[in-house]
Amino acid sequence: MSKLVIAAIGPVSSVQDGGRRGSQRYGLTSGGAMDRFALAAANTLVGNEALSAAIEIGPFDAAFSARGGAVRVALAGAARNAGIAGRGVAFDTSMTLADGETLTLGFARAGSFSYLAIEGGISGEPMFGSLAVNDRAGLGSPYPRPLQAGDELQVAIASGASECRIELPATGEAPVRVVMGPQDDEFTDDAKALFLDSEWKISATSDRMGYRLEGPRIKHLHGHNIVSDGTVNGSVQIPGNGQPIVLMPDRGTTGGYPKIATVVTADFGRFAQISAGRALRFKAVSMAEAQAAAKEFAELLHTLPDRLRGIDDFDLNIEALRDANVAGSAVSAVDAGTWQNFST
Amino acid sequence: MATTPAPPRLLPSGDSAITVEFSRDIDDDANQRVLALDRAIASAPIAGVSETVPTYRSLLVHYDPVRVGYEALGARLLELAEQPVPEQAKTRRWRIPVTYGGEHGIDLEDVAGALNTSADDIVARHAAGDYRVAMIGFTPGWSYLSGLDPSLQMPRRQDPRLMTPAGTISIGGVQTGVQCLAGPSGWHLLGRTPVRTYQLHRDPIFLLEPGDHVVFCPVDAKIFAEQDRAAEAGEIVAELLPS
Repeated sequence: MSKLVIAAIGPVSSVQDGGRRGSQRYGLTSGGAMDRFALAAANTLVGNEALSAAIEIGPFDAAFSARGGAVRVALAGAARNAGIAGRGVAFDTSMTLADGETLTLGFARAGSFSYLAIEGGISGEPMFGSLAVNDRAGLGSPYPRPLQAGDELQVAIASGASECRIELPATGEAPVRVVMGPQDDEFTDDAKALFLDSEWKISATSDRMGYRLEGPRIKHLHGHNIVSDGTVNGSVQIPGNGQPIVLMPDRGTTGGYPKIATVVTADFGRFAQISAGRALRFKAVSMAEAQAAAKEFAELLHTLPDRLRGIDDFDLNIEALRDANVAGSAVSAVDAGTWQNFST
Repeated sequence: MATTPAPPRLLPSGDSAITVEFSRDIDDDANQRVLALDRAIASAPIAGVSETVPTYRSLLVHYDPVRVGYEALGARLLELAEQPVPEQAKTRRWRIPVTYGGEHGIDLEDVAGALNTSADDIVARHAAGDYRVAMIGFTPGWSYLSGLDPSLQMPRRQDPRLMTPAGTISIGGVQTGVQCLAGPSGWHLLGRTPVRTYQLHRDPIFLLEPGDHVVFCPVDAKIFAEQDRAAEAGEIVAELLPS
């Protein structure tokens, strides 16, 4: 075995996978990666099952060192400046850290969460089929909390497989699709139109439980209390102040605010990547369209291995150069203080 | 003769879950039907259904839209919901120790005052109840119980507390509950139990199932302290009664 040592890490960085199944009836949420697509891309690059456990890295700087042997890893998700021993490395590619080498990551340039997958996955003790960390519930493995500098993950020694890159479809900035309901009848037609026609800004108080949105006030028809019922990833609750909260993987399993709409599965990861301070719009789609998109999304995850390409030094250098250039003018809408409450 | 109950409403919760809503209110009959549908799905699994989440008034059914579509699953769920509610084959009944009042139940005296009676009387009425786990939700192991003596119904606190202790036994509205983890609550705190309804590294991790029956047994603070240590070490200090 090798070790991957967490040399430096910011808040909201933890081991995440596809999430647990069967625990919601006991009040324990499914958890799992905020952006399953990026998780799957990173895992595919190192030959893992798409939704294996990987490191979900929040927007801050991070560094990881191989110790006791070489470690093969891959990066996907929120792009940032990355390097090993002073040479730039690209996202959406695999790479091998020699024993003692360190991969350093800068601040996320676009999006919030990057994923570092490790060849052979992460060793830990699954609960309900998952290693996913849930900080509030104090569980997850190998550490039942967000990662801290000095943590060590037991990982496989690099296989020596040749490095590869993955060709991913571009993610646009199209409106985030929703299916209306389950409690859209708790709102007037005007309120529903306001929800769909307005621009919403992601609040700085967002976290892995929920993203708070800022915009016009959505008024309830009968008040803001309903008898609690079950929630899903992407449930759009409207609490008493009329400002929507979109429920994320560490949500409460039940909730007592009316849910006007639900983000579709295919757009959930893209929504999760929108950083605090950024704006978005919603678009209502039919159940048929949402389920067709969900099938396409599942097919895309399933066929990611078909998108792997060989890599040569020429490609690598071009990618790294491009990343380095972009990084030179890196700006982000998010400042450090924005993410502080993620760590609690 | 039983009348045929109204069919539940099917509400879409996105593209991968359906809420089967039997009532908009906290309603014991609706909860029985929720739990019956939950059992029906457990005993004859439907392809594509990954998990179910019972609540007071609805059953949330998570599914994989690649394997089963909204229309087909909805039709199947309505079919199952129309079947008469069967007697629950095997009801588990738990006896859960509770230390009422004092530092363990800081609202007991206030509740007694608000209801114009004594603390002892509140304890007697609460401990006399025969409760059913209507749902588990909000946080891991938080078990909402139906069957509260109507004379103990009180509105929730105006000012919810940000932190209440693990193991709190409390009342709020028509409900009472067993709270496992420390956390916020707007309910009135009557006591504490050493029982962990959720405990990692124990088999089972979750003690109570939706539909289980629960009775409370008052114990003094000394027994609480002993059982709390035993429970911390992984012992199940709730007693499973013969059915």
